[in-house]
Amino acid sequence: MKILLGLLTALVILAVAVPTAVHAYQPDEVLEDPILEARAREISAELRCVVCQNQSIDDSNAEIARDLRLLVRERLVEGDTDEQVLDYVAARYGDFVLLRPPWQPNTYLLWLGPPIMAIVIATLMVLFLRTYKSRRGAGLSPEPLSPDDRAELNALVERVTATTRPGTGPSSTFRAELADGLRHLDHPKDEDDSAQKRHSDLDRDTRS
Amino acid sequence: MRRLIVILPVAIFAALIGVMASLLTDSERNSDLSRLPSALIGQPVPAFELPAVTRGLPGGFSSADLRGRVTVLSVFASWCVPCLAEHPQITQIAETGTPVYGLNHRDKPEDAENWLRRHGNPYTAVGADLNGRASVEWGVTGVPETFIIDASGRIAYKHVGPVTPDALNEKIMPLLRRTRGG
Repeated sequence: MKILLGLLTALVILAVAVPTAVHAYQPDEVLEDPILEARAREISAELRCVVCQNQSIDDSNAEIARDLRLLVRERLVEGDTDEQVLDYVAARYGDFVLLRPPWQPNTYLLWLGPPIMAIVIATLMVLFLRTYKSRRGAGLSPEPLSPDDRAELNALVERVTATTRPGTGPSSTFRAELADGLRHLDHPKDEDDSAQKRHSDLDRDTRS
Repeated sequence: MRRLIVILPVAIFAALIGVMASLLTDSERNSDLSRLPSALIGQPVPAFELPAVTRGLPGGFSSADLRGRVTVLSVFASWCVPCLAEHPQITQIAETGTPVYGLNHRDKPEDAENWLRRHGNPYTAVGADLNGRASVEWGVTGVPETFIIDASGRIAYKHVGPVTPDALNEKIMPLLRRTRGG
């Protein structure tokens, strides 16, 4: 238990401490002009540390990251705009150093891919939902049975009830209920002669 | 139309898998993770000026020294173990008559001098880049790196990592011949 508590405390401390420790810049790199320094920090966050690849030079302790941080500050002191500084570094290390890829022919797919995919997926979803809805709407009002189908159904029901002797158990009761329910569904007066006749015919067929 | 809706996502997915698989299995591309296209290929050599490492070593050179004939620039340091591994190959390049310039990256001058005394100094001139500033101008991401500069002073090729005997025979030497010929 104590070990567990200790581990938990360590985790909490790590979680709190790590995010505050990510900046790698050294005190001797900091410019005196706070505005220039703020710009330098912003630019640094935009530049990839080429040896660590997934860190910005602002986050990286690598020597080359420090070199680049110093270069960024040197360019700023010499009066470059933010854009010029980024261009200066990209001219030497390639677009790869820019953590935000520039908008140019070989990155069109990169930039447009996600929105295109979102549009495609949204369109497919709308289409799917529309068909789904219309299908379900159709299912709510089924077409009435054709006279032939109705007659067949009735005959079936009659047969089931005819083979059942009243009061012979739960199954016969169930069949009776089923027959009753079906009979009263939309043809309350279906015990006409023809149906009666038909069921006895069928009945005889099955028994023979 | 409906069939298209069903087939299209599957087709796109299959195409994506295909592209990814071909990129992942492209051994040429994956053989060397450090193979990033250098932004400097075809560009004129950057402006820089390096002092001599020590008084005992021939050197100090600048951009101007790399114009007018095919040259090789080797970025090295005494503390860099792969640099020692490639040193025989660098020496071999120098023995073919191509001037090789040494960019001594972030090194202690005495260490660099001792290292070259012990292992031989193939360099036409060695320049000390004490703070790594010139290396940044060259887009250097680590040591060792080797550049081939053509006669007009443009960077023709960049090799990242140690020049192994294979790399020397299959890439650097043929390229040097072609650069000199063309």
